[in-house]
Amino acid sequence: MTPRKRTAFVLSVLCLLAALPWVANDYYTGLIVKIMIYGLFAMSLQLLVGGAGLVSLGHAAFFGAGAYATALLSPESASANFFWLIPCVLLASTAYAAVTGALSLRTRGIYFIMITLAFAQMAYYVFHDTQFGGGSDGIYLYFRPEWRVGDWTLLNIDDPHTFYLFVLATVASIWAFLSVLSRSRFGAALTGIRINEQRMRAAGYSTFAYKFVAYLLAAALAGIAGMLFAAKDGFVNPELLNWEQSGLVLLMVILGGSGNLWGALLGAFGLIALEELFQSEAIFGGMANHWHLTFGLTIIALVAVMPKGLAGFMNKLGHRAQPGPASRSSLPHTPQP
Amino acid sequence: MDPVIFLIQCLNAVQYGLLLFLIASGLTLIFGIMGIINLAHGSFYMVGAYMAFALQPAVEHYLGGGFVATVAVCILLTTLLGYLLEWVFFSYLYTRDHLQQVLMTYGLILVFEELRSILVGNDVHGIAPPPWLSGSISLSDVMTYPVYRLFISAVCILVATALYLVLTRTRLGMKIRAGASNREMISSLGVNIKRLYRIVFAIGVALAALAGAIAAPVTSVYPGMGNAILIVSFVIVVIGGIGSIRGAFLAAMLVGFVATFGQVFFPQVAGMLVYLLMALILLFKPEGLFHQG
Repeated sequence: MTPRKRTAFVLSVLCLLAALPWVANDYYTGLIVKIMIYGLFAMSLQLLVGGAGLVSLGHAAFFGAGAYATALLSPESASANFFWLIPCVLLASTAYAAVTGALSLRTRGIYFIMITLAFAQMAYYVFHDTQFGGGSDGIYLYFRPEWRVGDWTLLNIDDPHTFYLFVLATVASIWAFLSVLSRSRFGAALTGIRINEQRMRAAGYSTFAYKFVAYLLAAALAGIAGMLFAAKDGFVNPELLNWEQSGLVLLMVILGGSGNLWGALLGAFGLIALEELFQSEAIFGGMANHWHLTFGLTIIALVAVMPKGLAGFMNKLGHRAQPGPASRSSLPHTPQP
Repeated sequence: MDPVIFLIQCLNAVQYGLLLFLIASGLTLIFGIMGIINLAHGSFYMVGAYMAFALQPAVEHYLGGGFVATVAVCILLTTLLGYLLEWVFFSYLYTRDHLQQVLMTYGLILVFEELRSILVGNDVHGIAPPPWLSGSISLSDVMTYPVYRLFISAVCILVATALYLVLTRTRLGMKIRAGASNREMISSLGVNIKRLYRIVFAIGVALAALAGAIAAPVTSVYPGMGNAILIVSFVIVVIGGIGSIRGAFLAAMLVGFVATFGQVFFPQVAGMLVYLLMALILLFKPEGLFHQG
């Protein structure tokens, strides 16, 4: 795709999404909100996995920290104000990331996977075993937060349509921010670290600082996703921090095709859509009760046929359909099949 | 703390640690030798436990029953399962990167859990220990200790010793150790590496299933039992250093004691103590206690 075509494509997808609540029913609107929130969550992990090559199996801790900060800080009988809630959410998730990141970034490879898992499980047990956040039952959030200056409400997101648009705007602006970031010096340095950290260090980069900042940033964005999730359901429980949640978001990143920002969105869409599909009794009848079976087999089959994820698969399809000048010039002597 | 209670807790810790070692040793062998992150390893533990439950009537009918016979049939079947599974599924994972292995074995967990739900159902089932092991030993006037837990420890020690002897004293063990340190070299020396992998994998599966089967009378069988044990086993593999059996043994004992005594002294934070231990060890030893190569 040429840059201009790509811009047009992104804009038209955004317009379609923005128009959706007026066309689709509440079920689909809710589903798309869920996909967008998980898409944001997956994008934040993508910054680590695809950006810096840091595979974390504990990303749900930051999602949960954001969600719990939202639920715990909201007053019981009134709405919280986003103007102070967002800084608090960011503070909660980055503070935990600063402590755990400083320690876990000393390890690498599978050890990094496991130590991030360990720290996330620690956070999980804090909320699960103590009464600090309502224990294993979780806590309710009775009023969605709103944008407010003094007594004047700028934006109230209680209405499902407004909430939908608010989530869409948040996710779209973070997507824009991350795609600018990946083209910046910072993004290039992260790519360098992913490919060859030793060489980057030899070139004079303080690789630890870069990885640390990426870790904090990913945690902050996951915290925002958690805040949106808490606002969506009005309910948080420790399962939001469980390793299965971390595994699920990692699946989204891998399934989408790591190394690709929109792959993360695609992965979130694919995974949640598959979940909904296999749970639908209209299509699968009695098997809907055992949807994990079809879901698991599909995951295995998808990875088997698409080693580079959905994004890589679609790129390949695109290339096969129209061998553009770029692909031809890169292989001058190869005859086209 | 009362010395008798202390003794009981120590026995519990040793039993738990030994049981974890059975599972973690298979996991560390599979990871160290075949280079595969096998998230489905917890499922094999679950399969073992559920087989011990579900096969009992059939074994009683055809073989005249008995707990040992059930466990033996269960080991036989799961070894076969491991051998076949490596053949049709895992052998395709060697060339894939770790992330894809994580994904595909995660899919396998879902498949196993759901097959379990279809075949046996979602209820929690208790299993009675065999009559000749159901008694208990009295340690003081009021305190007793169940014989069956001692039996678990004894079986685990027996299997661990056998595993150690096989790995250090036999030709197969030599090949396995050689395969762990240099895969290409050993295959160029004419060892059939594919068959070796299949055997290692089958051993790993059988060990996990054995652990599940003998633990079933104590823990009962319940949905999701595999996932809970999987994460702890991974913690052990990582603390011990990937690929190291010795490390796995030490780490399993450590985790057994920390988890058991954590429940006694700090019940509020018991769940996170194991992870705290792992974080602490990785801080000072970023590659585990007994890192190889």
